[in-house]
Amino acid sequence: MWRRYLLWFAHEHVDFRYAEMQSIISLLKIPMKFIETPCVSRPYWIVELPEEDCIRKIASRSVLLKNCIELWSRAKTEDRLHENLKSAIKNVSCKWIIPDGGNSYISDSHICPSELLEACSDASKSFKIDVETFCKHFSIKEKVEKIEKFSYLPLEGPVKLKNPDVTLSYIEFYGIDPNNVPNQPHDLFFGRWVVDGQRELIQTHSLKKRHFIGNTSMDAQLALVMANQARVSHADVIYDPFVGSGSLFVAAAHFGAYVWGSDIDFMMLHARTRPTRVGKKSRDKDESIAGNMRQYGTSSRYLDVIVSDFSLPMWKDKLTFDAIITDPPYGIREPTEKIGIERENYTLSEDHLVNHIPAKVDYELPHMYNDLLTFAVKHLEVGKRLVCWYPVIREDYKEEDLPSHPSLKLVANSEQLLSKLTARRLLTYEKINDQLPSNVGDTMSGTQNFREKYFASGDATRKQRHEKRIQEMAANIFGKQQSILNENDLKHNK
Amino acid sequence: MKLITHNMLTSKCLKGVVTGYPLAIHATDVKINEVDFNPEFVTRIIPKLDWEVLWKAAQSIGHGEGLPQVIQPKYEEDSEFLKKAHRVLLEVEVEEGYLTCPESGRQFPITKGIPNMLLTEAEVQ
Repeated sequence: MWRRYLLWFAHEHVDFRYAEMQSIISLLKIPMKFIETPCVSRPYWIVELPEEDCIRKIASRSVLLKNCIELWSRAKTEDRLHENLKSAIKNVSCKWIIPDGGNSYISDSHICPSELLEACSDASKSFKIDVETFCKHFSIKEKVEKIEKFSYLPLEGPVKLKNPDVTLSYIEFYGIDPNNVPNQPHDLFFGRWVVDGQRELIQTHSLKKRHFIGNTSMDAQLALVMANQARVSHADVIYDPFVGSGSLFVAAAHFGAYVWGSDIDFMMLHARTRPTRVGKKSRDKDESIAGNMRQYGTSSRYLDVIVSDFSLPMWKDKLTFDAIITDPPYGIREPTEKIGIERENYTLSEDHLVNHIPAKVDYELPHMYNDLLTFAVKHLEVGKRLVCWYPVIREDYKEEDLPSHPSLKLVANSEQLLSKLTARRLLTYEKINDQLPSNVGDTMSGTQNFREKYFASGDATRKQRHEKRIQEMAANIFGKQQSILNENDLKHNK
Repeated sequence: MKLITHNMLTSKCLKGVVTGYPLAIHATDVKINEVDFNPEFVTRIIPKLDWEVLWKAAQSIGHGEGLPQVIQPKYEEDSEFLKKAHRVLLEVEVEEGYLTCPESGRQFPITKGIPNMLLTEAEVQ
């Protein structure tokens, strides 16, 4: 029998939710049926899966999934929820009863089979009921009152609050707008808690506790999402051509991948850049990418990092990676550079060669992405993925302007806002064929002037903000003077 | 730098160099760093390797002892062999030294285990 689950998601990075889940279920080859169409304004999905093991596997990967509940009842009103549950006790048909004419979009009147309840009702099974309310706060007393209403459930076992055999979960959803909370919940759910997602990993991988970080280290949560987008699995080999401080290694290696990386920044790979943390004067001696891998217990999957210029070939032709995961520089906080010099016929004398630091020229974003896509086509097998960020000026963004290649299919594209005007998009490409096109064509895109536009728009707002602040300060000072004057007046009057 | 990395690296970045493979290793400091053995990984990586290059590289830095010169058929079932391959691929670390391009003789330094494949601005012109 297919089982019905409520998947509850964290209410952040909403644009990544569907993409992450699609990547995970396609990696694990798990079929998923939607009982209700997902909607971005609701942090939950109602789905059916062939067996419980499926949801455990999904939850072992997803960082956006908070937890998963085996659904027993779902309703738009509290009365309905209890009515459904009471009917479920009598439903011995071993399947969900879906009344005719029931609203097809909302599974509000569906009755679950009694065997779900019976599986938890044994006298030897201790249990507890958790009450969760989304967007509204209730006191313990109110929550206990809500729990008392479930007294009709045929649960014979003892109540145990710490590590019970069965945790039942009652959820009231009051919408997502904290400024406009309704009196009655929009949606109510009841069922058996099955498993939590990987939200805890965000804390364990947090940059705050990581030994070696750089100025543009990827946030732990998004790095894990990237590893999921790349469908990283055990004993895979992945490559990050703009590795920096290796923050994507941490996530990929967590899921079992062996990692290779390269970067043009010698000082970064040797952990000799200026320290990133506030108040720190110098880097510790043991700071390094390899050191980070040791910190998370994945150093046996660390291959190597290499100082190299991505615009030039380095790997042997037939080498293939299982995925390429990267966050290229956007030219804002990290420069977009390749080795080169504007001067013609430039030569270096022998004495300068030792410890020579080569000059760099701008590696324009369109060229860089063009190189990245071409590289991916060459070094990925069909069905494997390239996952990379791409900066955009929001008002100029058009999907058709994104970098493209005839052998790569854009399978996911999720936006993370950076400011009012700018965003970056996590692009997931899958290699779809092996034919080498004779003419790749123009993959140049709208990000031509990302840096210029970024700073131009930044300037305008900075100026505006400055003026606004001056006005506010002036108003403040005027207000204070007024109040002092008023106080003085009062004193005099006394 | 591990020998698995050496097996994949070329000096094709240099102008006029066609294959730039294999790079010769000159090691002044080699360490053994024990890591977990994962037969699945070793089995999957072997088809991607140039075994002869690996064998020669291991010999050239004095860590090729016991490593067969050719891969036997059904190597995936031979756990002794996989362990040897694991050791040579992942545990031998060239900490200091340099790599030499077979065609041009250009040297690329390895410092603190990290190869530096950067060219100078004069070389990319």
